[in-house]
Amino acid sequence: MNAIAFPLPDADILARRAAILARLAAILPPDCLITSEDERRAYETDAFTAYRRLPLAVALPRNTAEVSAILACCHAEGVPVVPRGAGTSLCGGAIPQEDALVIGLSKMSRILGVDYENRLARVEAGVTNLAITNAVSADGFFYAPDPSSQLACTIGGNIAMNSGGAHCLKYGVTTNNILGATLVLVDGTVIEIGGEAMDAPGYDYLGLLCGGEGQLGILTEAIVRILPMAEGARPVLFGFDTSEQAGEAVAAIIAAGIVPVAMEFMDKPAIEICEAFAKAGYPLDVEALLIIEVEGADAEMDATLARIVEIAKRHGVKTIRESKSAMETAAIWKGRKSAFGATGRIADYICMDGTIPTGQLPFVLRRIDEIVKGHGLRVANVFHAGDGNLHPLILYNVNDPDEARKAEEAGNDILTLCVEVGGCLTGEHGVGIEKRDLMRHQFSETELHQQMRVRAAFDPAWRMNPAKVFPLEGRLASERT
Amino acid sequence: MTGAILSPANEAELVGIIRDLAHAKAPLRISGGGTRMKFGRPVQAATSLSTRNLTGITLYEPAEMVIGARAGTPIAEIEAALSEKGQMLAFEPPDWRMLLASSGEPTIGAVAAGNLSGSRRLWGGAARDSLIGVTFVNGAGEIIRSGGRVMKNVTGLDIVKLQAGAWGTLGVLSEVIFKVVPQPEASATLMLEGLDDHAAIQAMIAAVTSPFEITGAAHDPEAGKTWLRIEGLSFSVDYRADALAQRLAPFGALRRIDPQESAKLWPRIRDAAPLAEPRDQVLWRLSLKPSEAAKAIEAIRAERAARVLYDWGGSLVWLATPIPENAGAATIRRAAKAAGGHATLTRAPEAMRMQIPVFEPEAAPLAALGKRIKGAIDPAGLFNPSLMHPGA
Repeated sequence: MNAIAFPLPDADILARRAAILARLAAILPPDCLITSEDERRAYETDAFTAYRRLPLAVALPRNTAEVSAILACCHAEGVPVVPRGAGTSLCGGAIPQEDALVIGLSKMSRILGVDYENRLARVEAGVTNLAITNAVSADGFFYAPDPSSQLACTIGGNIAMNSGGAHCLKYGVTTNNILGATLVLVDGTVIEIGGEAMDAPGYDYLGLLCGGEGQLGILTEAIVRILPMAEGARPVLFGFDTSEQAGEAVAAIIAAGIVPVAMEFMDKPAIEICEAFAKAGYPLDVEALLIIEVEGADAEMDATLARIVEIAKRHGVKTIRESKSAMETAAIWKGRKSAFGATGRIADYICMDGTIPTGQLPFVLRRIDEIVKGHGLRVANVFHAGDGNLHPLILYNVNDPDEARKAEEAGNDILTLCVEVGGCLTGEHGVGIEKRDLMRHQFSETELHQQMRVRAAFDPAWRMNPAKVFPLEGRLASERT
Repeated sequence: MTGAILSPANEAELVGIIRDLAHAKAPLRISGGGTRMKFGRPVQAATSLSTRNLTGITLYEPAEMVIGARAGTPIAEIEAALSEKGQMLAFEPPDWRMLLASSGEPTIGAVAAGNLSGSRRLWGGAARDSLIGVTFVNGAGEIIRSGGRVMKNVTGLDIVKLQAGAWGTLGVLSEVIFKVVPQPEASATLMLEGLDDHAAIQAMIAAVTSPFEITGAAHDPEAGKTWLRIEGLSFSVDYRADALAQRLAPFGALRRIDPQESAKLWPRIRDAAPLAEPRDQVLWRLSLKPSEAAKAIEAIRAERAARVLYDWGGSLVWLATPIPENAGAATIRRAAKAAGGHATLTRAPEAMRMQIPVFEPEAAPLAALGKRIKGAIDPAGLFNPSLMHPGA
């Protein structure tokens, strides 16, 4: 699978490699600078493993001052930079290129302070998403966005991709849960954005940084919102004979004024894969499954679930399973949260991430099925039903180049479909290299140019994560391609 | 064109006007319904443009919890349409007509441009958190869309958020799309009486850090009252109101106020109505770390007279003070900074808004970045020049 192009490496930078590394070695101790080919291999790709490039070197700074010094050095030497958190990007957001320095934030993983009164925590960018929640959970707090990779992925990467998760229907995505950031610009300048109050002064730089995909600078610290945990949480599992019925039930729940904390959908192939792996007790005789979770005290959850069950019954629900224990709750979620891993055990897959208006759901599911079958492949669908963020998993054999090509084509057709029905290419994974060449489906040339001019306000020479997000052809004349 | 207000009737006319002005390098003052024209650093522009004729709801899908409208659509029209389907904007947009002694109709575009949020911001997020799509015309007269109608979208740079709070300095908004939420089935406002500012802050922190999803927390020192609002399904509201009263027992007895009284109270807090008079005082809007808010006000009061109203659990403080000594700018900004925040001069005579920075001055590298972003969207500096910062 090699349809996605990389820019040609700058021969001049490759020729100056030794001198550049010598300058970096003056900034960083030996254990913070990776230069050998063997060790660089660990950084040649991310979770979008079909593509890989060996970077010039890898820097692992320990603090903001070191990040600043490294960026100032790269700026002076004209060296491109690729920021990296945990390397869990599904769209190739952290894949390097041969003439670029990878700056990994793995050594900056401390929680610097927790302030319960003001419901915030100050953390370094390389801390994992789950580590934040773990640090405050004993005191009854949590950090809300919960991407499936939360055990490994970092807050810096979450901000770069504006990550979501299963619970963002109620709590929002990353951009709604970040208060401030320390950002190092491409020339090494350190700026503080936002702060500890609810509203920040001036332009919403933080809003731009969320989803900036590492093109605007390197984020070294963040102030994140932590929230008091609900008294309890409990899912209910519904099986339906058709995905239309499931979709209508979701709409009816919202129309009844109920916004559950999560509403997750799985189709039959996904149910079978997850049940085989997790033994979650999912019904195998249904076409669609919904997991709906509510929060609150026991009595509140009983009453809310009663209303939700009533609505599901009106829409022909076939199977109802309310969790009666923490163990059952864990089992219900284990199936859903292991969807990607379980699928990976039976086949290679590419995971799409388009979002659609939820009203288009039955039509889009039908079309996805047709598109994938048209390419002679199989698909399993899991998605966030409340917000229309789809994750079709297209199954294929990575060792069969023909299948790999077909899978990529089918994926592109699905994303084009998402845009056609009024949605977007990516809801929470980011554009990276994966969807870069599809950007013209969503934006006009004028709009792409406007975005690129805003990008240039941060990085005029196009050196921060340069091969990502924007198609390589048609970049602004002043920029390096 | 001097003196006239241009009011394009559609996007094509708007584009034509901006292209002409760009050609003539003629800056313009942008407004919606014109209710906040007395806010911001006075704009020096011969031309005024209003979006008030760009009206109408363009998209409303209750099941998808999303509404879109042309920028000049009155907020009242949006709220009426949502209410008919049992929904609402999550952030309780404020109305500044009383504060600024202005008339006209507040518009949805201006609420987006100003990132204006009311008391429910505490739980429901700011206007910018609900804003998921915009269409605007940039300084070259080009129509630019960003975001869209779906609430999860990380496709390209988020210029939507950038427009929220830019007060029209980054383009003329022509259409905005917000996600919306169901109206709560029930609401309860619980009141504590007789707390001083420090105790009130502690009570609000205790409430906001509880699991009971407080959607409003305000304190009016002059009334000697502190209010906490709980909303949701009726059985939840009853349960949570009791549980909160138990948790806050050390602060006194919580009394659930009459629903009609509550319905009148929250719009008054949202609009800072208790501080609207006397009009010869300036009004500051302080954004603070809640735990430090009462201390900040105490520090300010040690140096000058000030009346205050706390909202957002103490993260927002409205402050009225007399005009002399630069409206206390140095004292107030120092105290706000010490409390982890900043201050905005929301109401002051025009001459004073020319002389004292209305928005918190930014550190040099951030100001430089802001100017580069402005230049990327509005290179000739056409839109609301210097409204936020001189020369930007």
